[in-house]
Amino acid sequence: MSVVEAKTPTPDGNNSINKILTWFGTTLGQILVSIFVPALTFLVLWQGYLFLQRAQAPQIVQVLVAIVWGVGGVALLYVVTNWLVMKLPKRVSRVLQPFVFVGPAVAIMAWFLAIPVFRSLIASFRNYLGTEWVGFENYKFAFTDPRMLETFRNNLLWLIFGTAFSVGLGLLIATLADRTKAEVIYKSIIFTPMAISFVGAGVIWKFIYTYKGTGVGIQEIGLLNAIVTALGGAPQPWLNLPPWNNFLLIIIMIWLQTGYAMVILSSAIKGVPAELLEAARIDGATEIKAFFSIIVPYIQGTLLTVTTTIVIFSLKTFDIVRVMTGGNNGTNVIANEFYLQSFTYTDAGKASAIAIVLLLLVTPIIFYNVSQFNKSRRGF
Amino acid sequence: MAKKTLKTAKQKSTFWNNFILIIICIIWLVPILGILITSFRPSEEIFRSGWWNVFPHKENVEVERIVLPESVDLDGSFEILGKTATFEEFRNTVELDDGRLITWYGNKRTRTAIISEVRWVGFATNLTLKNYSDVIGGKTISYKNAEGQTITRTGNNLGGAFLNSLAVSIPGTIIPILIAAFAAFGFAWLEFPGRNTVFTIIVALLVVPLQIALVPVLKDYVNMGLNGTFLGIWLAHTGFGLPLATYLLFNYISTIPRELLESSYIDGASNFTIFTKLILPLSVPALASFAIFQFLWLWNDYLVALVFLGEKNQTVTIAVARLVGEKGQDWHLMTSAAFVSMILPLIVFLGLQRYFVRGMMAGSVKG
Repeated sequence: MSVVEAKTPTPDGNNSINKILTWFGTTLGQILVSIFVPALTFLVLWQGYLFLQRAQAPQIVQVLVAIVWGVGGVALLYVVTNWLVMKLPKRVSRVLQPFVFVGPAVAIMAWFLAIPVFRSLIASFRNYLGTEWVGFENYKFAFTDPRMLETFRNNLLWLIFGTAFSVGLGLLIATLADRTKAEVIYKSIIFTPMAISFVGAGVIWKFIYTYKGTGVGIQEIGLLNAIVTALGGAPQPWLNLPPWNNFLLIIIMIWLQTGYAMVILSSAIKGVPAELLEAARIDGATEIKAFFSIIVPYIQGTLLTVTTTIVIFSLKTFDIVRVMTGGNNGTNVIANEFYLQSFTYTDAGKASAIAIVLLLLVTPIIFYNVSQFNKSRRGF
Repeated sequence: MAKKTLKTAKQKSTFWNNFILIIICIIWLVPILGILITSFRPSEEIFRSGWWNVFPHKENVEVERIVLPESVDLDGSFEILGKTATFEEFRNTVELDDGRLITWYGNKRTRTAIISEVRWVGFATNLTLKNYSDVIGGKTISYKNAEGQTITRTGNNLGGAFLNSLAVSIPGTIIPILIAAFAAFGFAWLEFPGRNTVFTIIVALLVVPLQIALVPVLKDYVNMGLNGTFLGIWLAHTGFGLPLATYLLFNYISTIPRELLESSYIDGASNFTIFTKLILPLSVPALASFAIFQFLWLWNDYLVALVFLGEKNQTVTIAVARLVGEKGQDWHLMTSAAFVSMILPLIVFLGLQRYFVRGMMAGSVKG
């Protein structure tokens, strides 16, 4: 019990029906008002917003108005709702007020995440238009179609190699940097790609892999082909060459995610007691042995968290593939196939089945998170 | 004695540590350096040579051109500057005794040979801002391709996309934080039925892939006329960001000392007053961490913008991705566009890295 409020006196025992009716009437009226006024506020804000969007103002004005409108509108909604609830009799307002606070968040999460789980589940058993039941047809596609099998294979590659190298390199850099004076500089450099979008990273790496073709007097402008040519090899259209193109795409993910693993692991490594390491060194342990027998066991919890996060990331990978190859030449992944099915082929059934497959893949992590949460907050 | 050997061993390992780290850092930076340099080079030069040519290097430099008179028979062997060879040999470059090279220019009919010399070339390169002005503007632009031909077409209006990205990212960051802060306070300090269950569901929603929502929500949006509007994408980003925001802020707000709140209640403050006057100011560090996290996420987002905004109010990521799809060889535009799309998150990121790291640590359950 966090909040205690004085108990509201109930209407006294002068059982005049009139009084109760009046009370009831006003309360009901107030409850209705408290629902309708916020709804009305929202409607007015929304309509005003749509009106503004249709107006032909210069873009910068539109953008500024949109920002003020959006942020101000949300704040206003809370103020109005709260003001109304406070107008109600204390007994009612005490019950209603928590919902003023958590209601909007819960409603939005329900609309955008919780309910769609069930809507997608239903859609996954219906045909491409959502008009007829088709049983497990879409799942048959999701689990046996060669297209899907290719995406499973590729996502597995992403999962294994992307995660292993991101976490491994992150751990290596964190450990090495921990013993140098320029630690901050090294870490900042490795961490910087975290700020870059996958689309931006796609351009950066596409330029590295670019191929101009063969001919007299052509100089390769892509770094990879320039290196290959300098070493005496022949330039290649790298992104069209399965299975290597998958690995070239995974390198981009490693480039982006190593910084993440490094920062989190670095702070965990700093938590390893110095005496423990010193004792091991005095006992004659080599640095490598000390690393594996002391540091790694000490940070294994963090290691697990980081690995899990990057695993989830590799399962959902989309932007890189979309921008670099569009999923062609044997580089398709689950999330890209989902995109193709929903927006290119507009097959809501298959798309929903693929989304459910993605959900199933992360389900163990959902259960793990929930059990961890319940453990840490027993009794709330 | 023993101490001394220990120290030298450590110094040695420090040297190798630095060595390995410097190599890794170079590998990490070269990709960015490549597009940064390329974005400032004139389009013709980008098509002709790699970006590393802006650094001093040895290169074949043309010294003169020799046009052979009509009398010389090009079938069979003939002589240029005292060197005899066939046409095919000249085309594949023949070296003179003094180290100069003869290369045939084009086909036989040109009757031209280029004499070149390997020389050191310094930073003798032109840098330009033209690529940036071309890609940012929406008007007609023209540039030269590898053959020196002038190409004219419409610009990519990245400036407009930049504004759109701001219009998506700023409210898309503030709105979920506001809503999440209210909710976090409610879950942490107010009593209501179903509190435990609902919060557990929120924890479960943390890693639900947003793909699950795209098709159903898009259907709603089409029915409501929200598709392609800023309001629509703010709501979507709010929905997808709320579980993490609520979870993080709940963890933070629930650690605020109970006595602080109770004394305020005794003073007669309402929940709303306590929230705005006490909780919000106290939560600024947590709010800031999440704000940076969410801002970068939104600015760099591609999928949600692609589905709910499309090309009507295109954001920078969509503009850049379109450029890659449609003009896949226009590196002068793509590199400068990529840099325009990266500049703001890089500034935010490098300036506020500490807050970002804090938010990231707290949120590493999400993925």
